Amino acid sequence: MTSPVDVHHDVNPEIWELRLYVAGQTRKSLLALGNLKRLCEEHLAGKYRIEIIDLLQHPQLAEGDQILAIPTLVRRLPEPIRKIIGDLSNAERVLVGLDIRPR
Amino acid sequence: MDTYESKTPVGETITKSTNVLQKVPTGIKGFDEITVGGLPRGRTTLVCGSAGAGKTLFALEFLVRGATEHGEPGVFIAFEETAVELTQSVASLGFDLDGLVASKKLAIDYVHVERSEILETGDYDLNGLFVRLEYAIASVGAKRVVIDSLETLFSALGNEGILRSEFRRLFRWLKDRGVTAIITGERGDGTLTRHGIEEYVSDCVILLEQRVHERFATRYLRVVKYRGTMHGTNEYPFLIHAGGISVVPVTSLGLTHIASDERMSTGVPRLDAMLGGKGIFRGSSVLISGTPGTGKSSLAAHAVQSACRRGERCLYFAFEESQGQFVRNMRSIGVDLKPWLDQGRLQFHASRPTLFGLEMHLANIHRLVEAFDPSVVVIDPVTNFEMVATNAEVRAMLMRLVDFLKSRGITAVFTSLTAGSGALEETDVGISSLMDTWLLVQFLEGSGERNRGLYVLKSRGMSHSNQVREFHLGSHGIDLLDVYVGPAGVLTGSARQTQEAKERADAIARQQEMDRKQRDLARKRAQIEAQILALRAEFEAEEQEVMAILEQDKRRELVLGRDREQMARLRQADPNKQQNGGGAG
Repeated sequence: MTSPVDVHHDVNPEIWELRLYVAGQTRKSLLALGNLKRLCEEHLAGKYRIEIIDLLQHPQLAEGDQILAIPTLVRRLPEPIRKIIGDLSNAERVLVGLDIRPR
Repeated sequence: MDTYESKTPVGETITKSTNVLQKVPTGIKGFDEITVGGLPRGRTTLVCGSAGAGKTLFALEFLVRGATEHGEPGVFIAFEETAVELTQSVASLGFDLDGLVASKKLAIDYVHVERSEILETGDYDLNGLFVRLEYAIASVGAKRVVIDSLETLFSALGNEGILRSEFRRLFRWLKDRGVTAIITGERGDGTLTRHGIEEYVSDCVILLEQRVHERFATRYLRVVKYRGTMHGTNEYPFLIHAGGISVVPVTSLGLTHIASDERMSTGVPRLDAMLGGKGIFRGSSVLISGTPGTGKSSLAAHAVQSACRRGERCLYFAFEESQGQFVRNMRSIGVDLKPWLDQGRLQFHASRPTLFGLEMHLANIHRLVEAFDPSVVVIDPVTNFEMVATNAEVRAMLMRLVDFLKSRGITAVFTSLTAGSGALEETDVGISSLMDTWLLVQFLEGSGERNRGLYVLKSRGMSHSNQVREFHLGSHGIDLLDVYVGPAGVLTGSARQTQEAKERADAIARQQEMDRKQRDLARKRAQIEAQILALRAEFEAEEQEVMAILEQDKRRELVLGRDREQMARLRQADPNKQQNGGGAG
């Protein structure tokens, strides 16, 4: 796939492991998932993996990533872990938050 | 609730009616008394206070007591400390959090939020927190929930609008779950909490504070608001000690203690005589006040000794002397306390008042009294507490102490040091109203001497002497002597002795005079009797003489008669003329 030119080069861009925590199929969750997918396709095509965790089904998983707000996007890889909360509607902030775009 | 109902009748009346707010006992000492039952069941209570005021501990004890004493498992959502930190910090209080977690009576969820790690974009909610709460509650079947402290979220998350609406939802959610919850919040500037979350908690708000007076920190608890129920509105001091939190209600004990009719000796017979002849009432409070060196402790020691002799237990709190010093000094006036200490009838606790704050002292006394269960408690002296607290605080503390001791039927002896100058009665007036019997030991000055005088200023419920007694400390203990009240006023000491000597001399003189008069009389009687004897002897001598003469005369007559007859016979005279002739011849 095409490699975006604007990727931050200090970060190993091999694979992006992203986790999106939701609690049921809420409007915010769906919105966040849609926003995330679009961003990933635009900037990390072929180099990302999104795991969706529904806390209503797996409440015990909330503790591991210290989830409080819903939806929360967690960048597991590359390290360090980063968290972005909200419906990810501000693409620019998400890119900065994920370190896809330098701050 | 069962355990509570059986303990306190007030709680019973509250739980009987379903319309009235039900309460959950916290198990925190004293707190359930001032709130008449505990926290509102199924509602959320806000516990607010500045850093270090004891919020976390209060909340945690609520959970621990619930889990261990009331069969109500709990959930602790910790924003500030990890489960390990929490466990360590309360292990010293005897709370075994690990054990409770292992036995599924407690769930601790540490929620870590770090603003630097979180980026916000767009709309979100706190369903993650709700999920975790729900999960934790389900895992132990929790009836109690603590969130410590919710306000951390304000610094971790930026969107206050979302937080506020989510908090409102959270409180409603907790209410719907029927759990009794405590939310802690940091004290703000002029507000109860920094972010005003008290506006979401409408049922019960408790404020914890720590204030420093004369370098001694005291913690206070106040029920700011408690909807739908009566509660104590005062500021109650509380303590964090080895057994958790103790709130010390100032007046919760009330004046309901049973008054004993039994009397007990003060250990000084003359003093008992002054107190209606039978001594003080058992379970009453006695204040002995006086200037330094007047023998207050000695009086207290007599009472202790007398109680120990009767086989009772005594607890002596000394704030001026060590045990060794006290025992030695008392031995010098003939009160040997050592055997009672050895036998365990007397316990002596000496400490400086400045060792810790007033509340700690009170809690200490409570703890020791409960452990030892004495019949007499001595606090010597109470006035030293003024070093660590204000007069009003000392007075409040004493009131609680007196109530506490009275409720247990313990006779309390307090000594009070009054300043050398000024009216003695005035300086103690603050605490004297708490006391049933008030003895005053005072120096009486005169004739270049200071002598101790003892008064019974008051003694409720008995007729007591209004007289001053001279109070004498000798090697055999306390002697109370009558003072001499003369035209020049009260005489004590050598003035009294002089007066007494004078009286003794007068008495001897009077006695001698009487003896002399009696001797005179006896002598007179002897004289007169001797005279009578002499007269009688004289008379008898005279009588004998007269009798002898009469006898002689009679005999002479007889002889004459015989001679005449002879002559007549010789003359052969006419017996008729014989007589006349005899007469003429």
